[in-house]
Amino acid sequence: MNLRRIMLIAVPYLWLVALFLVPFLIVVKISLSTTAIAIPPYSPTFDLAQGWAGFKDFLSQLSFDNFTFLTQDDLYWKAYLSSLQIAALSTLFTLIVAYPIAYGMARVPDEWRPTLLMLIILPFWTSFLIRVYAWMGILADEGLLNQFLMWLGVISKPLHIMNTPKAVYIGIVYTYLPFMILPIYAALDKMDESLNEAAIDLGASRLSAFWLVTLPMSRPGVIAGCFLVFIPALGEYVIPQLLGGSKTLMIGKVLWDEFFSNRDWPVASAVAVVLLVILIVPIVLFQRNQQKQQEAES
Amino acid sequence: MAQAKPQIVFDPWNDPKAKPLIQCRSITKRFGDFTAIDNIDLNIYEKEFFALLGPSGCGKTTLMRMLAGFETPTEGKITIDGQDVAQVPPNKRAVNMMFQSYALFPHLSVWENIAFGLKREGASKERIEERVAEMLRLTRLEKFARRKPHQISGGQRQRVALARSLAKAPKLLLLDEPLGALDKKLRQDTQFELMDIQERTGTTFVIVTHDQEEAMTVASRVAVMNAGVIMQIATPADIYEQPNSVYVADFIGDVNIIEGNASVDKSGPEGAVSIAYAEGQDPVHAVATTPVTEGARVFYAIRPEKITVSHKPDPDRANHAFGKIIDIAYLGNISTYRVELASGKVISATMTNARRLERRAFTWEDEVWLSWTRTAGIVLTN
Repeated sequence: MNLRRIMLIAVPYLWLVALFLVPFLIVVKISLSTTAIAIPPYSPTFDLAQGWAGFKDFLSQLSFDNFTFLTQDDLYWKAYLSSLQIAALSTLFTLIVAYPIAYGMARVPDEWRPTLLMLIILPFWTSFLIRVYAWMGILADEGLLNQFLMWLGVISKPLHIMNTPKAVYIGIVYTYLPFMILPIYAALDKMDESLNEAAIDLGASRLSAFWLVTLPMSRPGVIAGCFLVFIPALGEYVIPQLLGGSKTLMIGKVLWDEFFSNRDWPVASAVAVVLLVILIVPIVLFQRNQQKQQEAES
Repeated sequence: MAQAKPQIVFDPWNDPKAKPLIQCRSITKRFGDFTAIDNIDLNIYEKEFFALLGPSGCGKTTLMRMLAGFETPTEGKITIDGQDVAQVPPNKRAVNMMFQSYALFPHLSVWENIAFGLKREGASKERIEERVAEMLRLTRLEKFARRKPHQISGGQRQRVALARSLAKAPKLLLLDEPLGALDKKLRQDTQFELMDIQERTGTTFVIVTHDQEEAMTVASRVAVMNAGVIMQIATPADIYEQPNSVYVADFIGDVNIIEGNASVDKSGPEGAVSIAYAEGQDPVHAVATTPVTEGARVFYAIRPEKITVSHKPDPDRANHAFGKIIDIAYLGNISTYRVELASGKVISATMTNARRLERRAFTWEDEVWLSWTRTAGIVLTN
């Protein structure tokens, strides 16, 4: 391998080391420390001036106490489980909403597609926070949705959605919808329309042609979309914080509270490390799916 | 009763008692204000290998898709085996189609692709096993049954598509440019294989193609289409030898078209006409198969291989023209000479290269005589 190629590969790796690995190692280090009333609020701190002996002393002070603590207080594993559940369910809801949209987009005449794609991406042009705040205005007891439904006469008293898990589901589905639509659309768009016709020609009904041909053909897109929604939804903080109220337990919120309310950086770091370990499983699966798809295409 | 000779001629279209498998009556198809198919009548008989031939955009694919049920005619009636199919959706028709892109299901194996149609009609497991095995044998794909479509070659994929569309033993098989994606050599081999399979299964085939050579090779009858209209339906030999219009003559193979004024030639045999086409040039002596009015504007179509090139006019032939060779296309087995007449008209003549090239009799700028018989060409009025 020549120098040029090494350089080319080195750039992204150096980037990853500097912006991911180093901060992550710092977080791991903090998670092994103990709290202290100091700046920064943990000990031991690493002091190069004391040389080898100082380093050994530093190592001996590290401990796994924070991780043991996570297993003792049921708040944490309940938060993890609840996060997994909310992320999984909202991924499912996003899929249910996104698939028909992507399917429709892949079936409309060509000249419509750029406009529709634009509309899907358009929300990204405004701040995510503002859009979540807007949902507060829509979902609140005296919000737009309830006023509208009451004006229609569908309900007589306001639906209580705000500050419940329902609002979190709505928020996640809304926010991550484009991440689900785009890969499914890409998969369906690539599909040859004559495959569907061939299935019908061979005796399949429209529904079974969809089930036996279209759906399997879009599977890589569905899998990619699900991971793209599930992974960020698992650690989601803003949406449960703004829409979920105090009763919605999600690990992102717990993490925030540990850091900023309790100022317990070591426990917060331990929570973050465990979250990452949980996320590694779907990320690896996602990578394998992408790789398999690339192999199938080549 | 002893028969003198076994009946081997297959021509149900000449038998007034034969009932066509497919009847199209005054079929018109419009997309918006574009007329894709304009009032077509068409009969296709059982066991026929029928070709729809025409340039792209002539409506041949639309016509085929109407037979498959993917398009419905704007006007007119299609019957298959006596049944009006207007209300029959594509998945209920005893018609299968082989798509131009083959449309093999990429997530299913070759075996599963072929079994797809059989499973949809709810055939028993043994029946499916047996039928798929039969199809694999017919298309020589036994070894590839477990492979996925992307793991086999283009020619093999073409055969899988054929096997899949034949698996349900349809009354009618539609083939949309079935050999378009294959290279020339493979295409020629596959043409014969297609004919062989058509004969063995006894299925009626309708093939759509823009390749006249392919249509001529495989088909029992050819329909030449242009701009939504069928120009002529005839056997390949008749299409070539007896085109009914300048369009058909020009579309199929090479042809010289000489435009001129006809006059009835009383001295010749019945139907003889003389066609004056240029000042100072002997008129063309021809025989018209349909009556021609005196002085009518006609087109005389003659194939290059029907004209001989020589140093002296051939006294046995009725027509002679004198000219100069301006171009020679050497194709190995044959050479095509382009000869410019005194009037400036350029005529192509093809000669077989029975002799070695270095002993060739004619070369560029040679002055030669072209000769052809009275019946070599055909008189067309449109």
